Amino acid sequence: MADLRCEIAGVKAPNPFWLASAPPTDKEYNVVRAFKAGWGGVVWKTLGEDPPVVNTTSRYGALHYRGHRMMGFNNIELISDRPLQLNLQEIKRVKKDWPDRAILVSLMVPCEEESWKAILEVVEETGADGVELNFGCPHGMSERGMGSAVGQVPDYIEMVVRWCKAHTRMPVFVKLTPNVTSILAPARAARRGGADAVSLINTINSITGVDLDLMTPMPTVHGKGAHGGYCGPAVKPIALCMVGEIARDTECRGLPISAIGGIETWRDAAEFIAMGAGSAQVCTAAMHYGFRIVEDMVTGLSNWMDQKGYRSIEDFRGAAVPNYVDWKDLDMNWDIKARIDQDLCIKCGLCHIACEDTAHQAIAALRTDGARRYEVIDAECVGCNLCSHACPVEGCITMVPVESGRPYMTWEQDPRNPRRVPQAAE
Amino acid sequence: MGDAVDIRAGRLTPAEYDANFDELYPPLDRKRALVEASRCYFCHDAPCVEACPTSIDIPRFIRGIHTDNVAGAATTILEANIMGGACARVCPTEILCEGACVRTAQENKPVKIGLLQRYATDHLLESGTQPFTRAAPTGQRIAVVGAGPAGLACAHALARDGHDVVVFEKRPKGGGLNEYGIAAYKVPHGFAQKEVEFILGVGGIELRCGVALGRDIHLRDLRREFSAVFIGVGLGGVNVLGLPGEELAGVHNAVDYIARLRQADPASLPVGHDVVVIGGGNTAIDIAVQSRRLGATNVTIAYRRGASQMGATRHEQEVAQTNGVTIRHWTRPVRLIGEDDHVRAVELEYTQLGQTGRLMGTDDRFTLRADMVFKAIGQHLVPSALDGSVDLLEIERGKIKVNEDRMSSLDRVWAGGDAIGQGQDLTVQAVEDGKIAARAIHRYLMD
Ligand SMILES: Cc1cc2nc3c(=O)[nH]c(=O)nc-3n(C[C@H](O)[C@H](O)[C@H](O)COP(=O)(O)OP(=O)(O)OC[C@H]3O[C@@H](n4cnc5c(N)ncnc54)[C@H](O)[C@@H]3O)c2cc1C
Ligand SMILES: Cc1cc2nc3c(=O)[nH]c(=O)nc-3n(C[C@H](O)[C@H](O)[C@H](O)COP(=O)(O)O)c2cc1C
Ligand code: SF4
Ligand code: SF4
Ligand code: SF4
Repeated sequence: MADLRCEIAGVKAPNPFWLASAPPTDKEYNVVRAFKAGWGGVVWKTLGEDPPVVNTTSRYGALHYRGHRMMGFNNIELISDRPLQLNLQEIKRVKKDWPDRAILVSLMVPCEEESWKAILEVVEETGADGVELNFGCPHGMSERGMGSAVGQVPDYIEMVVRWCKAHTRMPVFVKLTPNVTSILAPARAARRGGADAVSLINTINSITGVDLDLMTPMPTVHGKGAHGGYCGPAVKPIALCMVGEIARDTECRGLPISAIGGIETWRDAAEFIAMGAGSAQVCTAAMHYGFRIVEDMVTGLSNWMDQKGYRSIEDFRGAAVPNYVDWKDLDMNWDIKARIDQDLCIKCGLCHIACEDTAHQAIAALRTDGARRYEVIDAECVGCNLCSHACPVEGCITMVPVESGRPYMTWEQDPRNPRRVPQAAE
Repeated sequence: MGDAVDIRAGRLTPAEYDANFDELYPPLDRKRALVEASRCYFCHDAPCVEACPTSIDIPRFIRGIHTDNVAGAATTILEANIMGGACARVCPTEILCEGACVRTAQENKPVKIGLLQRYATDHLLESGTQPFTRAAPTGQRIAVVGAGPAGLACAHALARDGHDVVVFEKRPKGGGLNEYGIAAYKVPHGFAQKEVEFILGVGGIELRCGVALGRDIHLRDLRREFSAVFIGVGLGGVNVLGLPGEELAGVHNAVDYIARLRQADPASLPVGHDVVVIGGGNTAIDIAVQSRRLGATNVTIAYRRGASQMGATRHEQEVAQTNGVTIRHWTRPVRLIGEDDHVRAVELEYTQLGQTGRLMGTDDRFTLRADMVFKAIGQHLVPSALDGSVDLLEIERGKIKVNEDRMSSLDRVWAGGDAIGQGQDLTVQAVEDGKIAARAIHRYLMD
């Protein structure tokens, strides 16, 4: 059986499945249940200065898609609304009882050195493995000059990280907000400040819908709505891209990453690890299904690693990063064509109408003796993949490479590129 | 035989009757409807649509349900099939839309089109809104004979086109077999009458009940007084066995008994202890299941061929079996045995296919006890209902002969429904016939 232990910025855990800082990690009761279920670590729900914040009722919104609940999830909750002392006592007790699990403590205090120094001192006493600076929360706290209000200004990030590094021996993780035009600026700032790792993504600014009776953004609070943070399966592609950006950035090279965003299964986690992450944090999936999902995550990852011959997380961590390139580095000579497996085809016609109405008119709708038949017209097919995504039958449309024998040719080398710099040999 | 004939009403408690004659398939609530609607792929050139005799745009109406545009969904259905509500309940969907659904091919689990159709149409009917309007009056008057699915569908379409329609119906109520024939647990709670009211709600249709063609009115007069005539009289005659003992008390036509059942309180209907049903179509299944539900102890369907040759769909056969009906395949009656003029048993003979594929008796016989015997071996058109005009109205294979437009051999006379049907007689096909005829009549009148 594969070794699932992970170590990230010196923080060790029996597996890479951690609960992200959020309601699942709000208090001892939840965290102990999570550890019993098998989670490798937690990032404690963000602590702030006393007096604790006060939350509204009606805190969550959701995007349900075609009968699937919570494809996207959103919240307008603030940081921990429990007294600081109580949280600290509980963290200390849990760490003592569960020494092998990773416990990071998420923090958010005003942008003043004294505030950070003070909270770091008391957190250190709990014996926690590290801290995560919450520069991500996009709602509520940002209006008070914290969370993403800091995370969107690289200089502030660098400054606060420096303070923290100066005032604690604990590893410092910096949790990044995706509500920026490029994730690299804040990530590089964190690195310059001396961060031991980055965690990303936090939630994305969002309104899940508009209540058309109340004419109010959702989730609604007594006739009004505020924007909230978006997460869940729908955000995974955004998170993957941002993780990949940092993983392949030369300025961030070697900066450990704890990945977050839409992780629900072992496969999601494996993808983030392949993209360079050292651990995988989960919030929405746990809030949807409970802690038990970790059981399949652990055995699923382990079985897949066994099958692939990976003995440890490090064996495949970052394996996809070198293949994450810019568009200009893609092979312009690569050619694929859609192929329909007629035995699997159920004749729904979706491939045809998608290609006919919106792509390249490359799937013919035929009738032989009244029976429907959909056939790819190779000469018209540009290999865009659309039909294979629209087809509801798994494996029915495959995209098959055409053997051209032509070499790998980037756009920069492509004679069709009007700005191509001719090669010496030409 | 020995024991007394045991035919009684009130075999069950009131609660049992209520349960037995309530909805066989409960409707979908909104949540279930949304989940089911989300299973539809929104196919292009959807096979389900092609399999629907009325060509309802199924992907479109299911999408409407999915987006909570339920009124739009219902209108889509009713535009194509004004009896979409009845059809949602009575169509043998497994051989129509659901049988063709691509999800049947994919995973043997079609989208539940029938239940979704019911969800949408119920919503509209219950809301009391009338989605249809009438075109400007044309001044043309059209006679429709028979207020069954064919006649009402035809009348509705013509009324929408601005014509005035008079529907002549022999029975006290409209609806045809929706009211008098379909199994009670498929259309309970007075649904058939609610649907008739909805159809008449468009305006321009006058329903005259208790008026029979051939008795009270005559085709010749109708043709004189109206611009066009549509005949949708269904099948009035019941096929006979032609066996000794058929005249005994306790031997009934299934359709007549069902008509009584549909109009009566089930608790007042006498049913036997031992019931034998002769036939293999849906009528046989319906009378067998309803006999069981009235409290009969032993109900046996005797069918002369095998399960796959039965007119009843596989699903209907399963319904019979889960209702405790025994189906004896490859058996046929040879005589009905009576005592004191009342049937007491049926003597049956095993059958087999001969060398040439013809059905033959084997002479291997057995006897089933029976206090009641139901004949369900098919119905036929009664030409006398057509008013002695048979000589003019051409008949083909026992049905009124029509062309593609449902026009008969008589000038300005169209026909549809079971009275012309050459295949399986279905409500949905009758509606389609009425619709096609109305279109043709409209074209004829407006040219
Ligand atoms: C027991 C039974 C169960 C059935 N179950 C189903 C089922 O589950 N699903 C399904 O799709 N189909 C079913 N059918 C078939 C379906 O009911 C018919 O195909 C459909 O009703 C045909 O419609 P129609 O308008 O042609 O005739 P009908 O529904 O028979 O209507 C004809 C109307 O004309 C009237 N009429 C007759 N003669 C005259 C006259 N001389 N003057 C004036 N009016 C006259 C009748 O009273 C009747 O109202 C069933 C049939 C039977 C008998
Ligand atoms: C209700 C809720 C509250 C959250 N509170 C915090 C918080 O206090 N601190 C923090 O860093 N992130 C918070 N988050 C963000 C999550 O930790 C996580 O970054 C985000 O939900 C993406 O992961 P997911 O897609 O697995 O949910 C919260 C998320 C939710 C849904
Ligand atoms: S790959 Fe694109 S172009 Fe080719 S058949 Fe499919 S949809 Fe059409
Ligand atoms: S989308 Fe797939 S299943 Fe549907 S017709 Fe095309 S190939 Fe067949
Ligand atoms: S065939 Fe099935 S999946 Fe396709 S449109 Fe019809 S109901 Fe929907």
